[in-house]
Amino acid sequence: MQVQLTINGEKHEADVEPRLLLVHLIRDVLRLTGTHIGCDTTHCGACTVLLEGRAVKSCTLFAVQASGKQLMTVEGLEQDGKLHPLQEGFMAEHGLQCGYCTPGMLMTSVAFLEKHPKPSEDDIRRAISGNLCRCTGYVNIVKAVQHAAAALQGGA
Amino acid sequence: MEPRTTADVGGMGHSLKRKEDPRFIRGRGTYVDDVQLPGMLYLDIVRSTHAHAKIVKIDSAKALAVPGVLAVITGADLAKYNLHWMPTLMSDTQMVLPVEKVMYQAQEVAAVLATSRYAAADGAAVVEVEYDPLPVVVDPRKALEPGAPVLRTDKKDKKDNHIWHWEWGEKAATDRAFTEAAVTVKENIYLPRIHVASIETCGCIAHFDKIDGKLTVWMTTQAPHAIRTVFALVAGHVGLTEHKIRIISPDIGGGFGGKVPVYPGYVIAVAASVLTGKPVKWIEDRMENLQADSFARDYHITAELAANKDGKLTALRIKTLADHGYTDAAANPSKFPAGLFHVCTGSYDLKAAHVEVDGVYTNKPPGGIAYRCSFRVTEAVHTIERMVDLMAHQLDIDPAEFRMKNFVKPEQFPYKSALGWEYDSGNYAGALQKAMDTISYAELRKEQAARRARGELMGIGISSFTEIVGAGPSKHFDILGLKMFDSCEIRVHPTGKAIARFGTKSQGQGHETTYAQILAEELGIPARDIQVEEGDTDTAPYGLGTYASRSTPVAGAAAAVAARKVRDKARKIAAHLLEVAEDDLVWEPGKFSVKGAPSQSKTIQDCAFAAYTNHPQGMEAGLEAVSYYDPPNLTYPFGSYICVVDVDAGTGEVKVRRFVAIDDCGNIINPMIVQGQVHGGLTMGLAPALFEEISYDEHGNVQGGSFIDYLVPTAVETPKWETGHTITPSPHHPLGAKGVGESATVGAPAAIANAVVDALWHLGVRHVDIPITPAKVWKLLREHGVRG
Amino acid sequence: MIPAAFAYHAPKSLTEATALLAKLGDGAKVLSGGQSLIPLMKLRLTSPPHVVDINGIQGLAYLKEADGFLRIGALTRESDLDESELIRTRYPLLHDTCKVIADPLVRNMATVGGNLAHGDPANDHPAAMLALGAQVVAVGGKGERRIPIASFFTGPFETALEPDEILTEIRVPVPPAGSGGAYVKMERKVGDFATAAVAAQVTLAASGVCESAGIGLTNVGLTPIQASRAEAALKGKRPDEAAIAEAARLAAEAAQPTDDLRGPAEYKKDLVRVLTTRALRRALERATARR
Ligand SMILES: Cc1cc2nc3c(=O)[nH]c(=O)nc-3n(C[C@H](O)[C@H](O)[C@H](O)COP(=O)(O)OP(=O)(O)OC[C@H]3O[C@@H](n4cnc5c(N)ncnc54)[C@H](O)[C@@H]3O)c2cc1C
Ligand code: FES
Ligand code: FES
Repeated sequence: MQVQLTINGEKHEADVEPRLLLVHLIRDVLRLTGTHIGCDTTHCGACTVLLEGRAVKSCTLFAVQASGKQLMTVEGLEQDGKLHPLQEGFMAEHGLQCGYCTPGMLMTSVAFLEKHPKPSEDDIRRAISGNLCRCTGYVNIVKAVQHAAAALQGGA
Repeated sequence: MEPRTTADVGGMGHSLKRKEDPRFIRGRGTYVDDVQLPGMLYLDIVRSTHAHAKIVKIDSAKALAVPGVLAVITGADLAKYNLHWMPTLMSDTQMVLPVEKVMYQAQEVAAVLATSRYAAADGAAVVEVEYDPLPVVVDPRKALEPGAPVLRTDKKDKKDNHIWHWEWGEKAATDRAFTEAAVTVKENIYLPRIHVASIETCGCIAHFDKIDGKLTVWMTTQAPHAIRTVFALVAGHVGLTEHKIRIISPDIGGGFGGKVPVYPGYVIAVAASVLTGKPVKWIEDRMENLQADSFARDYHITAELAANKDGKLTALRIKTLADHGYTDAAANPSKFPAGLFHVCTGSYDLKAAHVEVDGVYTNKPPGGIAYRCSFRVTEAVHTIERMVDLMAHQLDIDPAEFRMKNFVKPEQFPYKSALGWEYDSGNYAGALQKAMDTISYAELRKEQAARRARGELMGIGISSFTEIVGAGPSKHFDILGLKMFDSCEIRVHPTGKAIARFGTKSQGQGHETTYAQILAEELGIPARDIQVEEGDTDTAPYGLGTYASRSTPVAGAAAAVAARKVRDKARKIAAHLLEVAEDDLVWEPGKFSVKGAPSQSKTIQDCAFAAYTNHPQGMEAGLEAVSYYDPPNLTYPFGSYICVVDVDAGTGEVKVRRFVAIDDCGNIINPMIVQGQVHGGLTMGLAPALFEEISYDEHGNVQGGSFIDYLVPTAVETPKWETGHTITPSPHHPLGAKGVGESATVGAPAAIANAVVDALWHLGVRHVDIPITPAKVWKLLREHGVRG
Repeated sequence: MIPAAFAYHAPKSLTEATALLAKLGDGAKVLSGGQSLIPLMKLRLTSPPHVVDINGIQGLAYLKEADGFLRIGALTRESDLDESELIRTRYPLLHDTCKVIADPLVRNMATVGGNLAHGDPANDHPAAMLALGAQVVAVGGKGERRIPIASFFTGPFETALEPDEILTEIRVPVPPAGSGGAYVKMERKVGDFATAAVAAQVTLAASGVCESAGIGLTNVGLTPIQASRAEAALKGKRPDEAAIAEAARLAAEAAQPTDDLRGPAEYKKDLVRVLTTRALRRALERATARR
C-alpha cells in the first residue's frame, strides 16, 4: 500500500505492507534512526513520536494508520540550528546517560509541556510514566523538563 | 575537593557537560540496530517451548516456502563446523544450537535467515519442532537430591547436577566463634533471578568479507577485545583468526553486565555471514532478552551471625546454593566461581567468617552475571546488611547505633578482612552519621513511634555497604586467562589537541567526558580538546572492558599513568625549549615554568608543537604514550543509605517515602556524572527490592518474561532520591578515585528490605525476601493479625 | 515482534464498515486505538486476515450530555476523557478511571469504545460502566440497538456484539444531584492492569439515605463483575461505616479471582474488600459534596 506522510515538515512516500509498524517505517525505510525500539509489549516508550501533535508509541501503530498525517520525531526538534529547550534541558541537567530512552522522553515531554506549561514535579513524573529509563533514575529527567518549562515560560 | 584546574580546562571536580549528549539529544547516536548495510540479511530465532526435551525433528519445509526466507540453520548445520557448542566464560560449555535436546524454555532451537526482518519472523513462526519432553528440574535443592534427573548428559561421567563447591575463610575458627557466641541469628535469604533489562536489547551485525577474509561485527558488547579473542579461539579452526576479526561496539543503550556474555545469537549471525558472505543482522526482542539472556543473582543463602554479650559482632557463616541454569555461564574472574561474594563481612570488624557456595545445574537459562554490580557483591551486601539488622533488632539496639559500634574504624585502614581482602580506605561511621543528619534520624524514630501508636506502619531501614570494584590485580583476576588490566593510549597532536583511546566501552557512563577530564587534569589540555574513542578493536588498545565498575579504577588509572608518561616527555621538551635542566621546571596543570622565574614558561601545547617541529636531538619525535594498568589492589567504595517506607495495611503496598544516599567513591572526577550514576543505581536497587523477578513454574515455564510482568519501575514508582557524599580517597589509585556506577544498586535493596522489616518487626515479622510485593506483605500482615 | 500479514480496510462510513464486516465475517477485526489489538497481533496471539480501521469514519469521537445521557463516541480517546472539563467536574468515577488506564502515551490512542469492545476483564472501563449503569450503542447490518452494560460482557474477551456490529457510543445516565463516584485501582506499577480495582457510584437522598449504588469489579473474574448484592445492601440504608463494611464484604464475596503473578486469589478477594471500602468512602464524600 502507498502511504504519504509528513515527518518533521518533509513529505515522504513509501510503498508498504499494511502490517509494517510505524516505527519500522520511520527507522528502516525512512532511516530516521533516532526513534528507538525497546520492547514488544508497548511498555517502554523508546519509540515515542508525535502524531498530529500527540505523543504515541510508534511500535503500536501500523504505518498505514499514519498516512496523510503529520508526524514529528526527535530529528525534527532542532529548528534552524537551534535546539529545542528540552534538548537544552536534558544536556544541562544530565537527563540522559546511554541516550537510548532519550528521544522518546523528549517527544513525550514536548507534547506534555505544550499542554501543561507549568507542571508540578508529580505531573511530570506521571507524564513520563509511559517511558522507561534504566540509567538515570528519572530525577534528572524531571529536572530537565522543569528546566525546559522555565525556559519556555521565560521565552514566551 | 576544590578543582585544581580552571573551568575552561575542565579537569577533575568539574561538572562538565557531557560530550556524548549533543548526538544523543538529536537522535544521532549510532546503536547497533541503526547500522544498515547494503544486501543485509536478517536472522530470527526459533525458541524452545519446553524446559527440557529431546528434539525429535525440526521441519523447515514451511519456513523455506515463505518468500524471502533463505535458510533455516539448525544445530546439525553448525555441528558440521564444530560450532554447535561454545565455551562459557567460566570454562563450562554452552549450546549455540542444540543437536540433541533443549535445556530451558526459550533456548535457541533454530535460526531463520531471510532478506527482511518481517520475512525472518514469518519463517520463524512456521518452523515446526517436535519435542519429546524430559523431566524438568527447576528447584536447585531438588536438583541435588539423589535420584534427580542428571541434566548434563553431554558430559561423560557426570552423575549429578552439582557444578562446583567453593569455600573460603577459616571454618574451624568460625565454628568456634559460634560455639562461644552469646547471641546468634540465622536466616534464609533468597535473592531471586533478575534481569538487567537495559532498554536497548542485544544484537549484532556480522559482516564477513569473503574477498579479504575479514569479519567485522558491530555488536552490543561491553568487552569488545575479549570478544575478539574468544571468537578467534572458538572459530580459529574455521579460519577466523584474530587479525581478521574486528569488533565494533557502537553506542550502547545500557549494559549493566548483560552485554558481557557471548550469546548464541551472535555466533549464529557470524556463522551465517561467513557462509553467505553477506552482512547478517540479529536483534533480539525484549522477550528473548528477558527469557534467554544471562540472568543475575538466583542465590539461596543461609546466613548466621554471631555476637558477644556486649553486642559486638564476632563471626559470620554462610552456606549458599547458586542456581546457574543449565550451564555455568557466569561472568566471574575465573578463580572465583562465586565472584567476590566473600566480601560479605561488609563494613564490619569480624574476627572470623566462613563461606560455602555450591553451584547447581537446573533447567533454566544460564547466567550469573552482574546486575549493575561487581561480581556477586549485591548478594554479599544484602546478606550482611540484613543479618546485621536482624541482630540489632534481636538485641533491641537501634540499628544505626549497632552499626556504629561494629564498623571497621577509620584508623584500621588498610584493613584486612576476616575473609582476606585488604580494604584500601574508609570512614563508615562518617558516612552513616552524615546520612542520619541529612534525614534527621532521631526525629524519624520519634515519628515512627507516634505512628505506630496510631496503628500506622512506618519503617526506617539502613544499609551501610562496602563495595569492591576495579578488578583487578592480575595476580588474582583473569577472565578465561586474560588478565584484568585495562588500557589507555594517548596521542597529542602538534597543535596541542589530543586523541585518547581505551580498552573499555561506555554504555552510558559518559567515558568520553570523564576520561577527557582525567587527561585534562593530568596534562592541562582542555577536556574539549581531547577526543576519546573506545569500542573499535582495530584502533583501541587491548582491554578487558567495562563492567563491575572497572572503568574509573582501572582504565581511569591507565589514563592518568599514560598522561604522566606524556607529561614526562613534555617536561624534557620544555627543558630543551627553555634551556634549563628538567629539575628546574615546575608543573602546574597545562604549563612548565622555570623555578623562580615564572614568566619563563612553556605550555603543554608549546611542547606538543615542539615534539613534532623542534624536539631535542636524540629524542624520538611525537608526543604519545600507552599504559596497560594493572591495579595493585581493588578499590572499596562505600556508603550509608537510609530509607523510610510506609506500608499500606490494606493492600500490602510499600511506598518509599524518603531515601537518603551518602556515597563515598574517593575523589570525584565529575560530580554531575557521579550523582547521575547514583540516581540510576538507586533505581536499579529499588527495582529488585520491590518489583522485579523472573521465576519458573514447576514445568520450567518462565514467569515474568516480558515487560508485562517484569516490572521495571517508572518515574512514578521511583522516589525522589536525595544524594550526598563523603570523600575518602583511595590510597593506591593514581587519582584517589574508586568507581561509583554500581554502589547504589548494591546498597539500596537492603535499606529497603530493612525498612519494611522495621515497619513490621513489632508484629513479629523477622524477614521478607525481595521483591517485596504487595501480595507478600499482605500475607505477612494477615498472618500476624493485621486485617487492614 | 512482527505481526502476520493482513489486508487493510479503511471504510469512510459506518454503513461501509458494517457491510465490510458482514462480508469478511469472523476473520475481520475492527481497529480503533489498536492498543489492545496491535500488541496481540505483534505477539501473534491473534492474526486476523483482515483489519478494518474505523478511525477514518467521521463523527465517532465526542463527549456531550444530551437527552439525560452522557454520550461518549466510541472513538473518544482516554486522553480526551482526561482533558474534558465535563468529565472532570461531573463524572469523577470516569475521570478517576481514565487516569489509571495504561500510561499517558497509550491513552492518547486507546479508545473508550475499544476498551469495552475488547471484553477484557482486566480493562478498567467495564467496571466503571457497570457501576454507572451505562448502555452501549451498536450499529450493524440490521441497524442500531442499545445493549445494557449488564448484559454486554458475555465471557472472557467476548461481548454481545455481533461480528458485523460496531460499538458506536456509550451512554451513561446523567447522575442526579447527590451522586458521586470513585474508581480505586491497585496496580503493581503504572501501566499495569489491575491486581484488582473497584468502581463505585452512589446517589444520596436529601435524607442522607443511599438511594442507589453501583459497584463494578475489575480483573477478579472471567468477566467484569457487578457486585449486585453489595449494591442492594446499601440501597435504602444510611451509608455509615458498618454499611460500607458490609457492602465491601459482599463485594469480596462476588469476586472470583484466580492465582497469578499479581497474587493469590485470597489476596485479590481481600483487596476487593479493602478497595470497595475506599471507593465507597470516596464516592460518598463526593456525593455529599454535591447534595
Ligand atoms: C501497555 C498497555 C497497558 C494497558 N493497561 C491498561 C489498563 O491498565 N487498563 C485498561 O483498561 N486498559 C489497558 N490497556 C488497554 C488499552 O486501554 C486498550 O487500548 C483498550 O483495551 C482497547 O482500546 P483500543 O481503542 O486500543 O482498541 P483496539 O485495540 O483497537 O481494539 C480492541 C478490540 O476491540 C475491538 N474493537 C475496538 N473498537 C471496536 C468498536 N468500536 N466496535 C467493535 N469492536 C471494536 C477490536 O476489534 C479488538 O478486538 C493497556 C494497553 C497497553 C498497550
Ligand atoms: S518499543 Fe517499547 S513501547 Fe514501543
Ligand atoms: S538514558 Fe539509558 S535508558 Fe534512559
